Formats: sequence, structure tokens, C-alpha cells
Amino acid sequence: MALIIKERSVASDPWLLLDSADDGGLPLLPPAGDVIVPLALWRTERDTLRRRAERIGVWLDSHEDPALIAEDLPLFGLVAVNFPKFTDGRGYSIARLLRDRYGYRGELRAIGDVQRDQLFYLARCGFNAFALRAGEDPRAALSAFGDFSEAYQNSVEQPLPLFRRRELS
Amino acid sequence: MYQYDQIDQQLVAERVVQYRDQTRRFLAGELSEDDFKPVRLQNGLYLQRYAPMLRVAIPYGLLSSRQLRKLAHIARTWDRGYAHFSTRQNLQFNWPKLEDVPDILAELATVQMHAIQTSGNCVRNITADHFAGVASDEIVDTLVWCEVLRQWSTFHPEFAYLPRKFKIAFNGSEADRAATFLHDIGLHATRDASGAVGFRVIVGGGMGRTPIIGHVIREFLPWPHLLTYLEAILRVYNRYGRRDNLYRARIKILVKARTPECFRDEVEKEWAYLKDGPATLTAAEIERVEARFTRPSYDALPGDDAGYRTRLGLDRAFAAWAKRNVHSHKMPGYAAVTLSLKKTGEAPGDATAGQMDAVATLAERYSFGEVRVSHEQNLILADVRQSDLHALWHEAKPLGFATPNVGLLTNIICCPGGDFCSLANAKSIPVAEAIQRRFDRLDYLHDIGELDLNISGCMNSCGHHHVGHIGILGVDKNGDEWYQISIGGNQGLARPGAPAAFGKVIGPSFARADVPDVIERLIEVYLERRDSEAERFIDVVWRIGIEPFKERIYGTDHQRAQRRERSLAIA
Repeated sequence: MALIIKERSVASDPWLLLDSADDGGLPLLPPAGDVIVPLALWRTERDTLRRRAERIGVWLDSHEDPALIAEDLPLFGLVAVNFPKFTDGRGYSIARLLRDRYGYRGELRAIGDVQRDQLFYLARCGFNAFALRAGEDPRAALSAFGDFSEAYQNSVEQPLPLFRRRELS
Repeated sequence: MYQYDQIDQQLVAERVVQYRDQTRRFLAGELSEDDFKPVRLQNGLYLQRYAPMLRVAIPYGLLSSRQLRKLAHIARTWDRGYAHFSTRQNLQFNWPKLEDVPDILAELATVQMHAIQTSGNCVRNITADHFAGVASDEIVDTLVWCEVLRQWSTFHPEFAYLPRKFKIAFNGSEADRAATFLHDIGLHATRDASGAVGFRVIVGGGMGRTPIIGHVIREFLPWPHLLTYLEAILRVYNRYGRRDNLYRARIKILVKARTPECFRDEVEKEWAYLKDGPATLTAAEIERVEARFTRPSYDALPGDDAGYRTRLGLDRAFAAWAKRNVHSHKMPGYAAVTLSLKKTGEAPGDATAGQMDAVATLAERYSFGEVRVSHEQNLILADVRQSDLHALWHEAKPLGFATPNVGLLTNIICCPGGDFCSLANAKSIPVAEAIQRRFDRLDYLHDIGELDLNISGCMNSCGHHHVGHIGILGVDKNGDEWYQISIGGNQGLARPGAPAAFGKVIGPSFARADVPDVIERLIEVYLERRDSEAERFIDVVWRIGIEPFKERIYGTDHQRAQRRERSLAIA
């Protein structure tokens, strides 16, 4: 099993990520196991997927609207957001919407071009799991969560901005 | 000056540690160039034509003399003894070594400075009116609000990888001295009938290859909502701004595509969720930030200084300098002074380490130890007693800072151009110098009166050529450097309420050697056609249109048609 970062430690990953088929069509479902399916598959095969014994996860690409799964969030064991390139920052806003607006509390995983130097901001926006890009060492990347000891803004991790916490103390 | 508290300092220090490790990994081959690039850009480091360029933030243009001395020290130690003040209240070192940058950032941190987000596709250094806090036409002192935004934008986790760079400018006076209609977001601090502070929000302005005047999407945003409203704008932009084409990725393109009205509706919809949330500002926070600003301890003076008035009458050269380079001040008996970095023969905006030290000394002697940086690439002593102006002038002259040309033709805004920048199509500094030499006679220069002449070496328009009364743009024609000239632009600062406007191109471009002649002929038309000395160049262009100017340069319509026919016949 591949290694991921989950809740700031390295863990092995029981999930199978299903990508689109090579022709861009929907992927084939394996007979068993925890699977993370593309949004399109969830939207077409919702009933089949719900009958599976194992857990279901869904992944959004960076252009996909999290509002489309807002009602379904309690059904998922995991939600993943893809970063086609690490410089495509749409996933940060998607994460905040899933957490702040749609109230998702489960595993939120960053997938795709995910590297050490983006982990700090990703975590602040609500990601709590990270499947690093191939070739990246998750153990070496753990220190990224401590890059900064404070932050000015409110975030998913820290719902009150620094100025409000100052006023409370 | 805002004084860092322990957390501000700690964050800047942690950034240095983070970047030192990133540089180490890059040099060790653990981080590829592609992966390192956005990281180094967000620390202000470009790889330029001849060497790296490090851009240091001067947040909203404020510098202490101690910081300026540190910049001079860095210029001596890690650069070639000089630096360049840019049009965005930044300072650029042109020759640092990539491996030295972490040490430079560590030095900057010792004087509460940094290069955070001075480049990259993130919220950039916040810029402001260089007379904020001292202007006689000020409605709201924006310094506190600028610092609130500096903190909010620093390491904002959601908006570090936007479709493109994002620039915010703040203005709080009658006149717009921050070009707020030409930024991704422009903010006018103002007051409602009860005196409460709020902001007029302008979105989607910009220059570059698609110049657009910004749109007002909210006339009055009460101050507690500043951060949540900006977050709503940025979230809409982050989610829907184009990422497929570098040249269509700025927010101005999104606003235009959706129409300003629809864009505003989307922002308001997003804001409905964020409004009154935890990022809503509190009076206690504004007071806390205000309390961390040191403010000048002005003497209570009765009014204009009599000795200053007398000297203006006696000393013609002093009076000429005062007319251009001394500005009115909200405190009786005080004035703001522009130290011109536009001396003929010096690259506009460049300053040597020795000059920076000298300005620091002047600031300590005459202006409470503070310096401002203007987007016109000059330095400003904002709090000078009128009774000190004559002595200051005497000291500034031998240092080369007393060129009496602020607001005049030779106060040229100019990008570094092809001498330094890898994006440039053409050199800009030699063009500026040739024009300055042509108009070196002070009487002539003062007779021409107010005129903004701006030069950019390429379409990215760092030299703001679109909004120059005369704009010069370097273009590439089959590998040769040519210059396109436009007239009628205006950055919106000259007269209170005057709108920003883009210049119109007068015709085919010119070889570099011909540019001073062309400018001189444009000026001739102006001098012939103005109805009085009070009518500025730009007023005449607006009154009579560009055709009379075109005719002088290219001939009449009839002559142009004949030329075209002849060239067609030859072909």
C-alpha cells in the first residue's frame, strides 16, 4: 500500500483511487475494496456505488464545483481534491467551501501535484490528508506543518483570526 | 512607522528559515526549477537577463532611516552599490547571487523588512498614496488600513496560487495619488454622513497589454467588512479566473467577461456567507494597529512660516524648487518634500548606497527619521518644518536630489527596460536620458508646465506608459528596438476627481534616436495651442484631440494618403 500523510503522520493508504479511463470515459469499478471515484462516476452510478459493502470516496478536479456533492457528504468516507499542477490554487477554495460552508468533517485529501512546500497552506484550508506526488518522501515532508508558528487569518484549522484571539486573551 | 510586534517579527524570521531550506534543496537538486520557481517568486526573486533580481517590499511606501541604511548596506555587500525604486513601492536589487538571498532576507528581517509576496501569483505588496497621513486633502488616513491589509494578505493560505498576480492600492484623499482605477482592487477610504469610515471598492483595473479602467462595485463598504469583502472578491477570482492563458488570467479579464454587474452579484453572493463572520474587523483591532504606529510629534506652529515666505521672494532657484518639489501638509507650518531621483543622466528610480545613506541622514535631521517611496519613483520627506526647507534644499542640491522637476516632463516614470529586464522588447533608460537632455533648460521645462511622461520597455507596462500624458512604449520590429508614442493618458492624480484615462497612439513607431525630436514637436504644438499657461499639455490634448499633434509629426491626412499611394506604387 502507498504511504500518505494523515493527521500529520505517515500512514498506509487503504483506498484505491479510480482515475478516468484512458479514453476519458468512466473507469471500471473493481469488485471490492474502498474506492475513490471521480465525480462523474458518482453522479451516474450513485445507486450502484451505494450498494457496495465497502466505503466510498469521491474526488473533485480543480474545476469542479463542491456544491454538487454538498448534499451527499454524509455518504462519503473520504473526499479528495485534485491539484493538476501545484500552481492551480482552486483546490484551496474548494477545501474551504467543503469545510466552512458545507460542514464536511471527514477525511479531506489533497491528491495530484502535492508537494512539501504547499502543505502548510493546504492544511490551513482544511486538508487533513495528503497523497504526495510520486517521488516525494512523506516522512521528510512532515516538518512543513511547522513552517510557521502563527497565522494572521482565520482558517479551517484556526477559526478565529489572530486579532480575535488576541482580544480573547 | 508601524512597529512589528513579537508575532510579526517571528513570522518574518520563520519565512527566512523556510526559504533558506528551499534554496538549499534547490541547489542540492532536490527541488526542480519548475517547483522552485513559484516559491522563489513569492520571496521576490526573479531570474533576470544577466543576474537574479530581488524585489524587497516597502509596504505602502513607508521606510525608516534605519531601514534605508540597511538597504544601502545590502546594496554594498551583496550588490553593486546601488538599487532601483520601482513604480510599486518596492526596491529592487539587480545583482544579488541566488545563494546569498537567504542571508539578505535575514538582514532585512533585522529591520522589520521582507520580500514576501513581491512577486508570484498572489496578493502583492499593498501600495498607497505617498502622502497618506500628511496630505492636506486627506479624508481618511489610510496607513492603519494598509497595515491591516498587509497582515491579512501575508501568507493568506487560500490565495497563494491565484490565476495571476494581484495588486491592491489604497487612497484616502480627494486626489487619487495611488492610481486606484488601475489596480486589481482599488480602495478609496472615505466617510459617510455620520463620519464613519468606509471604502469605495474598485475592481478589475489594470495596464499591461489589455489596459482597462476599474469598475466601482461598491460605493461604500463599512470598514468592519473590509476583509470579508476582499475575501469574497478573491474567492470568486480564484475559482473562476482563467488559468489557461497567461495573458487572459488577470481579474480584469474575468470582470470584463462576466460584466462588472454580474461579477459584483457573484461577489455579493459569496460575501453573504462571509459577512459578519470571524474575519469581521473590530474597533479594538484597529486601535491596536494604530497604537503600533509611531507618529511624528509635530510642534504646534501658528501657520505658514514667515521666513520661508520671505526666502521664496528672494531666491528664485529656491522658489522654483519649492514650486515643484514642496507639497502642502495637513499640519500648519509643515510641508512634504519630494527628493527627485530623476536627475538627468541617472536611471529614473536608481539610488546608490551613498545616496540612500544621505537620504537617511536628511530624514533624521528634517523629517522624524522617516522616508516615503512614491510610485513615481521618487523619495519623499513627508514631515518637514517650513522653516527648515531652505536648509534642506541646500543640503539636497549637492547630493543630486533637488532637481526641481516633480510633475514636469523630466520627472519620467521609467521601467528598468532592456538594460536589465528579460521581458523587455527595448531599452527604456537611454530614451529617458535622451529626453531629459533635450529638455534640460529649466526655464523651458517650467514653461511647459505639468506633464507626465512615462516609458515602458514592453507591453507589461511597468513604466505606466498607458497613463502618461505622453507615453512611450518599446516595441520589437524584426529584432530592432522601436518606440510607439501615445498622448492623452492620465493616471487620475492631477486634479481631484479627474478620471484615469489611457493615451491614444499617434501613429507608427520611431527609431530611438528620433524620439526626443518627436517629443519636442508635440510640445511645440501644445505651446502654440494652449490658451494660457494654466492650460496643461493634457488639457490641450483633451480639448483639441490628437489630430493636430499627428499632423505635426506625420503630416496631414492628405499628405499621409499621398505617401501611402507612393509607397504602394513603388511596391
